Amino acid sequence: MDLAFTEEEKAFRAEARAWLTAHVPGSPLPSLETAEGFAAHRTWEAELAAERWSVVNWPARYGGRETGLIGWLAFEEEYWAAGAPGRVGQNGISLLAPTLFDHGTEEQRARVLPPMATGEVVWAQAWSEPEAGSDLASLRSRAVRTDGGWRVSGQKTWSSRAAFADRAFGLFRSDPEASKPHQGLTYLMFDLRAPGVTVRPIGRLDGKPAFAELFLDEVFVPDRDVIGEPGEGWRIAMSAAGNERGLMLRSPGRFLAAADRLRGLWRQQGSPPSAHDRVADAVIGARAYQLFTYAAASRFLEGASLGPESSLNKVFWSEYDIALHETALDLLGDEGESADSDWAEGYVFSLAGPIYAGTNEIQRDIVAERLLGLPKGRR
Amino acid sequence: MRFVLDAGQRAFADSLDAMLTAAGTPSVVRDWSRGEHASGRTLWSRIADAGVFALTVPEEYGGLGAGPVELVVAFVELGRHAVPGPLVETVAAAALLTGLDDPGPAKRLLPVLASGASTATLAPGPYALDADMADVRLTTPPGTNDLYLAPPAGAAEVRRSLDPARRLFPLPPGGELLASGPQVAVAAGHALARGRLATAAQALGVGLALLDRTVRYVGQRSQFGVPVGSFQAVKHRLADAKIALEFARAVLFGAALTTTAADVAAAKVTACEAAYTTARAALQLHGAIGYTAEYDLSLWLTKARALRTAWGGPRECRALVLSGRDRRW
Repeated sequence: MDLAFTEEEKAFRAEARAWLTAHVPGSPLPSLETAEGFAAHRTWEAELAAERWSVVNWPARYGGRETGLIGWLAFEEEYWAAGAPGRVGQNGISLLAPTLFDHGTEEQRARVLPPMATGEVVWAQAWSEPEAGSDLASLRSRAVRTDGGWRVSGQKTWSSRAAFADRAFGLFRSDPEASKPHQGLTYLMFDLRAPGVTVRPIGRLDGKPAFAELFLDEVFVPDRDVIGEPGEGWRIAMSAAGNERGLMLRSPGRFLAAADRLRGLWRQQGSPPSAHDRVADAVIGARAYQLFTYAAASRFLEGASLGPESSLNKVFWSEYDIALHETALDLLGDEGESADSDWAEGYVFSLAGPIYAGTNEIQRDIVAERLLGLPKGRR
Repeated sequence: MRFVLDAGQRAFADSLDAMLTAAGTPSVVRDWSRGEHASGRTLWSRIADAGVFALTVPEEYGGLGAGPVELVVAFVELGRHAVPGPLVETVAAAALLTGLDDPGPAKRLLPVLASGASTATLAPGPYALDADMADVRLTTPPGTNDLYLAPPAGAAEVRRSLDPARRLFPLPPGGELLASGPQVAVAAGHALARGRLATAAQALGVGLALLDRTVRYVGQRSQFGVPVGSFQAVKHRLADAKIALEFARAVLFGAALTTTAADVAAAKVTACEAAYTTARAALQLHGAIGYTAEYDLSLWLTKARALRTAWGGPRECRALVLSGRDRRW
């Protein structure tokens, strides 16, 4: 058991740090949940991608540096420590890309991944529907076979980034006669500007259009945009959900940097004893999340699958993120009410954590039933 | 970077677990709580034979020269089985003796501590655990840089702990002067960190045992015609305990690898809070049976509370975390 990095990993980290120091914007970009901010973030993603920093663990042919998981973790630590902007390409990079690596065709990877890496094509997720939250088996939007592809109709909602994104991915019911509700679903990618698509932005709590409703009316999706076999969407999506909740949705680096900033804020405010324990817990929590992730990555690299353990992860970081931001807002005193600070933006963002990617209630059920072996019961 | 236990470390944990399961520790704990040490001494020598007290003692003094990771592995198992006695204190005393510039006391005392022939205690606060049975009672009077071998404590002086198996004694003043000077302060600091790390490991073990027992219980106990473990409220409380314990485990082994004061303090507060959260859940989910002294769960419930304050309470440990350096990588 060790926490030591190889010379190669250290050199990579040093190179990343030097590049970030030279390139990270001097002042924060506008919120990526606004049209102006979205554009500014796209420009930043392109700058990152130009020197292959946007997707460091990907194969070189798609724009990566093949660093592996440990390299990715190290890069993320440097990235957030440098105060670099949030990633507008996150949905595509952490949700769609792992699915394409596992289940896509080489043609799909070659076509979809490079423009994802550069921010030229930004992806929105389109899982949820008005009547289906964590219960994806109850999806109703349908895909009907047609010449050379599918005609897709229905309604998706809570589609993160869809207000300004270019394309989306999601599950559609392709076989309404299937014997079980989670069978007969097909995983599709589609263009948000295709004929028949209407995007209605939805303001989140602070009014910013962080997600959108999608109305789909006979939208044509060519066969080449089906991921895996038709009817296999559930299985494919579940492996993506494992990724989503697992190692790459929230990097430990983000919380380590945030906890350092919080400790700085606390000191700046004269180290008030009233916040002492909460600030300490934020520092400890970031370290705990980093070490837990290193342990999970070590097991993963030894060949273990992430499986239900990623549910531990998801509950932890989502609740940690809220506690950290609440502490910061409390420390800010009267300024804590101001919606214009980075802390306020982070706070609003954090509130969604326990709700999306499978609510924390569902995650706790998974922990109890699959890790502790408790009996299934009424929800 | 390979942050998982290796096969040898896992095998060591498994063999200790098997030995302690066979030893039937609950009856030993109950004897110990009454001040009857015979069964505890027998268990102590088995633990010593497994190498636990020799682990971090240098080889020149009859030790194994292993690292803190192995020590943590061992103490998680000792906590899981609620083993009583000055276990933490003995390894902390060994660390203190190892840390002195003057090798005299180490030569004299470390071999007997490593072999299990002697037990040690020392007082990180006002009380020393089990000072009526420990042969080596180390004390550094406040405001001095002197290390004494204190006289035995009388059984009459015992202070009750919230955990009946933890028998606390004020150490009598005086005794034999073992060492003096700044070396004592340095060595005492080393001993404090070692004791704190072992306590954190013990607390994690206590929490893991409480979770295991409670999961088993709610799977068997029925209400309204179904196992209570099928109720979502019950599941979620245990899921939260599992999450707290697994993240504490990561912090604990991270601290074993870095051994910085801030990391060890973080491990102490995280493991103890996780164990205590689990204890509260365990008590609630067992209902009235869990609130009785006769049911074995009590042996872990009371320890979870007591360990929270032993070797530096949450406030003190959190302060150390905040005084640590900013950048962790």
